[in-house]
Amino acid sequence: MTWDWNAVGDFMPMFWHGLLVTLEALALGALLAFTLGLVWAVLQRSEHAVVRWPVTAVTEFVRNTPLLVQLFFLFYVLPEWGLTLSALSTGVIGLGLHYSTYTAEVYRAGIDGVPAGQWEAATALSLPRPRTWFAVILPQAIRRVAPALGNYVVAMLKDTPMIFVIGVLEMLGEARQYSAQTFHTVEPITIVGIAFILISYPASLLLRVLERRLVR
Amino acid sequence: MSEISWGLWKLLLDGVWITVQLTVFSAALAAAVAFVIGLARTHRLWVVRFLSGAYFEIFRGTSALILMFWIFFVLPIGFGWQLVPMWAAVLALGLSYGAYGSEVVRGAVQAVAPAQREAGIALSFTPAQQLRKIILPQAWPEMVPPFNNLLIELLKGSALVSIMGVGDIAFGASLVRNATGQSAPVYTVILVMYFVLAFVLTRGMRLVERHAKASVGRAPQKREGLRTRMNGGRGDELASSGATTAGGAR
Repeated sequence: MTWDWNAVGDFMPMFWHGLLVTLEALALGALLAFTLGLVWAVLQRSEHAVVRWPVTAVTEFVRNTPLLVQLFFLFYVLPEWGLTLSALSTGVIGLGLHYSTYTAEVYRAGIDGVPAGQWEAATALSLPRPRTWFAVILPQAIRRVAPALGNYVVAMLKDTPMIFVIGVLEMLGEARQYSAQTFHTVEPITIVGIAFILISYPASLLLRVLERRLVR
Repeated sequence: MSEISWGLWKLLLDGVWITVQLTVFSAALAAAVAFVIGLARTHRLWVVRFLSGAYFEIFRGTSALILMFWIFFVLPIGFGWQLVPMWAAVLALGLSYGAYGSEVVRGAVQAVAPAQREAGIALSFTPAQQLRKIILPQAWPEMVPPFNNLLIELLKGSALVSIMGVGDIAFGASLVRNATGQSAPVYTVILVMYFVLAFVLTRGMRLVERHAKASVGRAPQKREGLRTRMNGGRGDELASSGATTAGGAR
């Protein structure tokens, strides 16, 4: 086992840059996943089958196929359609779209968990449809599912290394680049692996606390 | 789609076979890891619980792709252990998805009513007999639906091996893309291939579930299609829904 502390020191500036990119992709991806997921969940409760069916089909398809292939698809096919985006934007869209199909299920379960009386009360007060959603149903639904949504943020964190395949220099990308330049492979990959554990373990502890407080 | 010639189709079909093999072998390793670690986490000795808990937190905490890089590049350089790419991939997938599976096993075993175990003690069953004849037969039906989710996640995760040069479906696709210079057709085709594989796996696991539920005298829940796979269609599983998927952070 050869471990060179100098290589560790050399890699650190690249590592911090990679960490920043990882967190940026995660934050934007999570924002997109939370928003799109809500859209899917609400559309899946539409009264019109014409709306429900395509949304269900698309979300099932996206959820049951690999994120890696979806990233390649977006990266190579969007430019063919005349939409040229940066690698990071493509990665964020890929992550956000993939995980929106998971958050949609979480929202759906949360919405199903709101008692029918709440819908009836909203009808009795003749609240308009949007106000029923935003003032009555969603605040109750989202509170219950917040920890489950958090779980998917941690899951997404662990999928962010995949976006290095389309050329984003996040943590793994930086590690690959460093080892290509210096032929030190052991140190950067190990550091990145440890970094993931150091981020995701406290995050999962935090979520457990959150779950105890919000879900009763 | 006509640009993809027969030879290129064959590349993709060879890839399907590799993906199927990878999924089957990794799932077997993951199942073994899941049962060993999951049961160890319910052990009465705290040392065993601590060690298996540490395994769980470490392998669940890191990303499967990073683990794969570690096994492919750090093991040979750092320790001199060079594995055949296929088996390195199986090891990486099996170890990380086994960690997720251990949570499923632990949860299902602990959900068996305590009176069942006490009855086993009263009948002076040995711990091994309790496990084999009382606990596992009742816990198994509860494990099947979350295992189904994990199996799909494993199938999706198997695409990562293409980065390492193992010739699975995604790798075949990159070759075909290079040969034809067109991306949309080939990536659409392989997304559909993955979807079909996932559908077949879900159907298969549905049969396993029906058999498992019937063997303890319970009727399976009504479900339609692939849908309702994620949360088992039950609100009370909500809080733990994350735990049943690959990235769950519980």
